[in-house]
Amino acid sequence: MAAPAKRVEQLDRVVIRFAGDSGDGMQLTGDRFTSETAQLGNDISTLPNFPAEIRAPAGTLPGVSSFQVHFADYDILTPGDAPDVLVAMNPAALKANLSELPAGADIIVNTDEFTRRNLAKVGYAASPLEDGSLADFAVHPVALTTLTLGALSELGVAKKDGERAKNMFALGLLSWMYSRPFESTLRFLERKFAKRPDLVAANKAAFQAGWNYGETTEAFAVRYEIKPARMSPGTYRNITGNQALALGLVAAAVRSGLPLFLGAYPITPASDILHELSKHKRFGVTTMQAEDEIAAIGAALGAAYGGALGVTTTSGPGVALKGETISLAIALELPLVIVDVQRAGPSTGMPTKTEQADLNMALFGRHGEAPLAVIAPKSPSDCFHAALEAARIALTYRTPVILLSDNYVANGSEPWLLPSAAELPDLRVTFATEPNTDDGRFLPYLRDPQTMARPWAVPGTPGLEHRIGGLEKADKTGDISYDPANHEFMVRTRQARIEAISVPEVDVEDPSEDAGVLVLGWGSTYGPIGAACRALRQRGLSVAQAHLRHLAPLPANLGAVLAGYDKVVVPEMNLGQLAAVIRSRYLVDVVPFNQVSGLPFTAGTLESMLEDVVKNG
Amino acid sequence: MAETVAVKLTAKDFKSDQEVRWCPGCGDYAILAAVQQFMPELGLPRENIVFVSGIGCSSRFPYYMNTYGMHSIHGRAPAIATGLSASRPDLSVWVVTGDGDALSIGGNHLIHALRRNVNIKILLFNNRIYGLTKGQYSPTSELGKITKSTPAGSADSPFNPLSLALGAEATFVARTIDSDRKHLQSVLRAAAAHEGSAFVEIYQNCNIFNDGAFELVKDPSTRDEHLIRLEQGEPITVGGLNVVHPEGSFGLKVQEGGTPIVHDATVEDPAYAFALSRLSGSDLGTTPIGVFRNVQRPSYDEIVRKQVHDAKAQATGTPDQMLDDLLNTGDTWTII
Repeated sequence: MAAPAKRVEQLDRVVIRFAGDSGDGMQLTGDRFTSETAQLGNDISTLPNFPAEIRAPAGTLPGVSSFQVHFADYDILTPGDAPDVLVAMNPAALKANLSELPAGADIIVNTDEFTRRNLAKVGYAASPLEDGSLADFAVHPVALTTLTLGALSELGVAKKDGERAKNMFALGLLSWMYSRPFESTLRFLERKFAKRPDLVAANKAAFQAGWNYGETTEAFAVRYEIKPARMSPGTYRNITGNQALALGLVAAAVRSGLPLFLGAYPITPASDILHELSKHKRFGVTTMQAEDEIAAIGAALGAAYGGALGVTTTSGPGVALKGETISLAIALELPLVIVDVQRAGPSTGMPTKTEQADLNMALFGRHGEAPLAVIAPKSPSDCFHAALEAARIALTYRTPVILLSDNYVANGSEPWLLPSAAELPDLRVTFATEPNTDDGRFLPYLRDPQTMARPWAVPGTPGLEHRIGGLEKADKTGDISYDPANHEFMVRTRQARIEAISVPEVDVEDPSEDAGVLVLGWGSTYGPIGAACRALRQRGLSVAQAHLRHLAPLPANLGAVLAGYDKVVVPEMNLGQLAAVIRSRYLVDVVPFNQVSGLPFTAGTLESMLEDVVKNG
Repeated sequence: MAETVAVKLTAKDFKSDQEVRWCPGCGDYAILAAVQQFMPELGLPRENIVFVSGIGCSSRFPYYMNTYGMHSIHGRAPAIATGLSASRPDLSVWVVTGDGDALSIGGNHLIHALRRNVNIKILLFNNRIYGLTKGQYSPTSELGKITKSTPAGSADSPFNPLSLALGAEATFVARTIDSDRKHLQSVLRAAAAHEGSAFVEIYQNCNIFNDGAFELVKDPSTRDEHLIRLEQGEPITVGGLNVVHPEGSFGLKVQEGGTPIVHDATVEDPAYAFALSRLSGSDLGTTPIGVFRNVQRPSYDEIVRKQVHDAKAQATGTPDQMLDDLLNTGDTWTII
């Protein structure tokens, strides 16, 4: 049968959300669609959204898992505010996502799941497919399960396995609709089910059936194309923040020449870093799943004392537990990287939702005067470079560094222009091997005049035997000291050496050079803030954007930058933690803008807020 | 890995320049002197020896040893020592801790270090009291103990440290006494020779807050009736009585007559060492000292390092090339 000719339309950007039950494989479907899209050369940004429960009761609202992908023929900064297309695998997925859909959006539903029982589970009295309540949308009803089983009828796979392949039918259909190259998905299925040839065949057949369904039936009249984006030359891969962060730590080990020791206790949303690093032992990476958060950082600190690049990865509750050991590392002046993938708190909070509310804890959450360096990545791929930067500061200045990622960048993904290893910073360190006084003594707290770092004299070095500990140390000798003047000196020195860390100046993006309003952000809000600023500028409004990677110490030029604007707006996913720092440090009465919903800012929210500030002051 | 070189060191080489600041008469002095005197037997240069401690009176120990040392935070020494030992096979890592440090705040790290069989030697100075905080009851204090924090008597039943260690799958478990230098050093010798975690409880007198806690097994006039000296291959007896395994019972018993058990610390089944550990209650009535258990199991360090070693052995190319390959893994695409 010859396929009817379909109209092809060109689009510049699309946002698709795949939504279904936790067991429907929506994360996988989204991942595959993203990978196909990356192959085609569109710019991409993704946002997974899933419940903390591994399998909430099937068909219920708490069990809905979704994956949003935004792709375009130009460079984009966010996963998109609202979907243009919703794929709803059941009534719960429809109900949970409907309120976010703009009028006119496409909805592809699996009609097989719209049974009376499933409708009742989510409180639909009548089927929304029939009661006219979806009149504002372009609804495409597809009997996904039936069609999938029909396509597999001759393969002899079990009904359960056949039903489970329905996500590949949906992927095939969407891949046809948006003209995606599908070879990588077929290869992926061969790898994933290598031990089950029957499942390879079933999933490939389901994918093909979905594709053919789009091409041959009249249900879908239009096919879309989105041209490749103009991106810098080079090799790319799509990467999540957690993956990038893990690779950044491996890169830091390679570029420092040190073994990497990770101590970690599983915690959402940081565990994937442990999983990833445990695969890379050939780089001299040791991963230890410790008995608790405290042991995890303790072991990392012990390894750092022995000359390794010590790292611990966790989320907010874990950082709270690690606090005492972080203070010990500050007193010992040893390098240590503490990764906090922030999630919504306090307490267990919402473990799979995002927030930036650990900034206060990172900056101030320890006993005594206990300063350290804090940095935050701005996007998924930036996690790679932030990890390298955290290692650079830790190794150069012999200090613990807290790296504040969050769930949004950790699980979101974007194309990453792969760096070449040789171009990455040289992080080699020099261990102390000789006495450091004229009379042949070794003073463990005699500082380098440039970096204010003390010597890293690791056990096994002859002649440099010394003792360190949490008790206050005498300047230079490191002996126990209760001398008042010495304590005053050491407290001020520990503060001064963090302040003296060399960090890059903050850049300001102000294309019109006449903006009166500056938006100052940090960490994962870079994308939405950038998208909002662009949108305003396209409408002829002037707004400047500056984004902080270094939270401690702050860039030296920040005060001057802030002074150059009439108004400074600070959007944060907390109740104003950076805003408070800026106010107290620079006496600038910033305008805080705060959201603590567990979701990232949408560009639209920030755009309307900023428009109001720009126009009305 | 540093080579083990034959060095002729003496106890004096292991004394640091720091003034020792325990209370006069503290049992810690005797332990320090015994350890310093034993250290040359390790045959290791001083730089390859590390003492890691937590918090408490005993935890000042590293400052007085002229080796590498870290006085860390309360209860965490086993965790810190685990990271150090696992990443540095060339070091001899010793943990010095107390009954509060190891069994209260650090209980979790202790049991997990033991079950992993990390290659560290743990010296637990047990004085059955909190000394540094000036006299509160500890997790080894007897039930009903009257202290500053328990004027009506403690309501907590104590841990038996050896029973706890055995329950945590320890491969080497021993007990000794601060004042018996010869015995203490024989236990240190056995502990040092053990591959994996060695757990050594040292009865230590706190003459300020819990003086005479172990007098029953130290005083020459009483000790022979209460102290059981475990010797490998020797029958176990105390004051003319025999330690026997009564038919049909689960444990061991001290009685007149019968056939005394012949001690064998290498018995695989931990039930034997556990039964020995139960011979002494809070009252120290019949208290064994010596090596209770000494069995072989691969250490955590060894397993972890082998995994890294094997992975490295299969790697080819320079580290930068390997990194480039890693970064270019998966679905990549190139824009010209």
